[in-house]
Amino acid sequence: MSFLAAATVVSTVAACGGGSDDDGGGGGGGGGGGENEASDIGITEDTIKLGAHYPLTGVAAPGYSEIPTGVQAYFDWVNDNGGVNGRQIEYIYRDDAYNPTNTTQVVNQLVLEDEVFAIVGGLGTPTHSAVLDFLNSEGVPDLFVSSGSLLWGDDPEANPYTFGWQTDYTSEGKIIGEYIAEEFPDAKVGLFLQDDDFGEDGEEGIREYIDDQIVAAVRYTPGNTNVAPQISELQAAGADFVVGFNVPSYTALSQLTALQLGYQPEQWFYSNVGSDPALVGSLLARFSQGSVTDASLLDGALTTGYLPTVDQTDNPWIQQFQEIWEASGQEGELTNYRVYGMSQAYTTVQALQAAGQNPTRDGIVEAIETAGADWQGPVFAPYRYSADSHMGTSGMSIERIVGNGSEEVQPVRITDIGDAEIEEFDGEASAPPENGIPDEESAVD
Amino acid sequence: MSDSQTPTSAAGAATEEAPVEATAAANAPSAQAAGGRSFLPKSTLLRHLVVVLLAIVAAVVILEITDPFTNSQLAQLSYYAIAAGGLTVLTGLNGQVSLGHGALMAVGAYTTALFLQADEPVPLPLILLVSTLVATVVGALVGVAAARLHGPYLAGATLALAVGLPGLAIYFHDIFGGEQGMRVRAPQPPDAFKDFISFVSGNSATGTKWLAYVGAICLVITYFLLANLVRSRIGRTWRAVRDQDVAAELAGINLGTWRVLAFTVSAAAAGLAGGVLALVIRLAAPSGFTLVLSLSLLTAIVLGGLGSLLGALLGSALLVFLPPFVTDLGADFGLDNTEAAQLAPFVYGVVLIVAMIFAPAGFVGTVRLRWLTYRAKQRAAAARSSSGG
Repeated sequence: MSFLAAATVVSTVAACGGGSDDDGGGGGGGGGGGENEASDIGITEDTIKLGAHYPLTGVAAPGYSEIPTGVQAYFDWVNDNGGVNGRQIEYIYRDDAYNPTNTTQVVNQLVLEDEVFAIVGGLGTPTHSAVLDFLNSEGVPDLFVSSGSLLWGDDPEANPYTFGWQTDYTSEGKIIGEYIAEEFPDAKVGLFLQDDDFGEDGEEGIREYIDDQIVAAVRYTPGNTNVAPQISELQAAGADFVVGFNVPSYTALSQLTALQLGYQPEQWFYSNVGSDPALVGSLLARFSQGSVTDASLLDGALTTGYLPTVDQTDNPWIQQFQEIWEASGQEGELTNYRVYGMSQAYTTVQALQAAGQNPTRDGIVEAIETAGADWQGPVFAPYRYSADSHMGTSGMSIERIVGNGSEEVQPVRITDIGDAEIEEFDGEASAPPENGIPDEESAVD
Repeated sequence: MSDSQTPTSAAGAATEEAPVEATAAANAPSAQAAGGRSFLPKSTLLRHLVVVLLAIVAAVVILEITDPFTNSQLAQLSYYAIAAGGLTVLTGLNGQVSLGHGALMAVGAYTTALFLQADEPVPLPLILLVSTLVATVVGALVGVAAARLHGPYLAGATLALAVGLPGLAIYFHDIFGGEQGMRVRAPQPPDAFKDFISFVSGNSATGTKWLAYVGAICLVITYFLLANLVRSRIGRTWRAVRDQDVAAELAGINLGTWRVLAFTVSAAAAGLAGGVLALVIRLAAPSGFTLVLSLSLLTAIVLGGLGSLLGALLGSALLVFLPPFVTDLGADFGLDNTEAAQLAPFVYGVVLIVAMIFAPAGFVGTVRLRWLTYRAKQRAAAARSSSGG
């Protein structure tokens, strides 16, 4: 990918936008004379308090618990560079152990006791579902949920304060379906699906394009570690192209089970969620008790991408995030999960800047709806934010896993839920602004 | 029948004495036996009604002087305490171990969620009553199977329930919403409640506060009924079955029937707790009813004191208040959020181990044992001095 041209464009924009914060709010109501005010709950003259819930303990913790450390590193970086409109970001994340009962408790605590301005990047479909009504009835901005369910964005009237962020599973399914229809028109496709909205949404998208090519669709229940019946069903149906909408542990399980059964489809395709080679490699080693030591089983498998990955060391975003991660002084390496967290934090800072000098809870929602669709960032394709849709980014590239990294096989294509067409993304890939901190103009007033 | 539960003589090994000490909290003497200095009425029913009145006043005061977050924690406390109350009757009074109460709570929670999905749901008390009844029926069925088992075998059978039942919600995902469960829209507080709150304290009658009151009301009703049951002939029969099953059988008690009854009563409490949980959590999902929930309830009643309703309440309070307290403490000491979060289960484990070593009868049981020892010593001293003088 060439980022050079884009870099020039963005730095020009950044230069124009620079210093506009002060006069940006000058037009109207809140911003007035450029004084910082305690404009809403969680906002003081010099701080903004944000909260999040993640699984830091329990079965879902490996991988996911790294995300908030990435977010923290990015907010620290922003704070060290003057914060957002002179305000330091206070970030509190709490453990829900991926149990919705706990999620309710910790989000109650974040909203009622810690009095955060907004919840940012709350992780998980069942967990976040538990607090969706609460946050919207309390009027707490619920930004950039870490899940690709359609729940967060397709009905802004019901959930006006909630915004999705990553590509939803239906759009992902559509892009995968179209790719298979064009590149593998003779493949007999088997679907390996998690038995919930994740698998369902993905299946719906993929069936829009290759319904007649699908020879079998099997579902597994999370928690049940025996997937031999499902994999043998795919084998018996003669599927030679397996598409998995599953979480990383089931990528490892499906690979090991296929190995045991002597089932060798010509091509594996794992959706983005289940394909982090580093994590799958370590899971493979654990599940096989050392017989398989790395992700080499995954070599050659296809997957999708909407963010740069850590192996792309020449990507300017990865270089920037690497610098931020090292500056934060936290333990461990930069991982794809931390890149995910930093990218979400980047979008959060964009939203806070767009909400003007004295953000309010309603103001930040309005700001994202008005300006969010134009934001550039590490995410490949633009967001779909508008008054009618709170869906996150709209597109994905298709990549082939090689070693612990990946190479692009199809550039980014964008689409939307429903029967929206899939189109080539004609925008330029963006490059990080100077310092890695966005500079958005206020979109309210 | 095995005689392993029958402590026959003072020469019995420590293992035989243990169950007696562990359930010390359950063997509350009645007011009459405790001596004439009590200001409470002699009649059990009257006495319990007075306590209920005091509990209602205390609940209103506590809910009105605390902040909204504590209100939400108290709502959580209420459903843990209701389930733990039922479990402590089963385990402390009748000697059956259940690792399946999380699943019975799931039955109540899903029933509530299904009823609240209707466009015009029936009144809330009715929904909670039906949830209780459905769980009671399930509990009775399980109880019939479980009555023939005890000890580790019963634990194993109920463990299967805890693991298996939430799986049904995933299998029938068209009805129960699969892995992500059913979202529950808690009913809005009625106007009478808003008037009541503005009359009592002038606080705003939020949804959180309403749910905390619903939880508190259910808790008081459950404990009132359970306390009466414990002090009745039924409670005494359960204790007889627990301590001396051979003797009980010789006295004409049908062990199986009474065990089924204990399980059924306990399941009813779990069902109501599940209904309240669904309202408070606003969700009924399989991941909310893992084995951890069943084990937490068991640790709560053991820590509080087996067989004591007050113990169940205290143990539940520990479940609700300890983890956030420890996490905040860890954060104050400079741990990052992840480390602080990992501290909570660790400290809970340490508390459990320390309690098992130094207070095997649980909090209420230990206090009661100390008090009895103290009284006995005083009496002995009094007897000595009177005989000496």
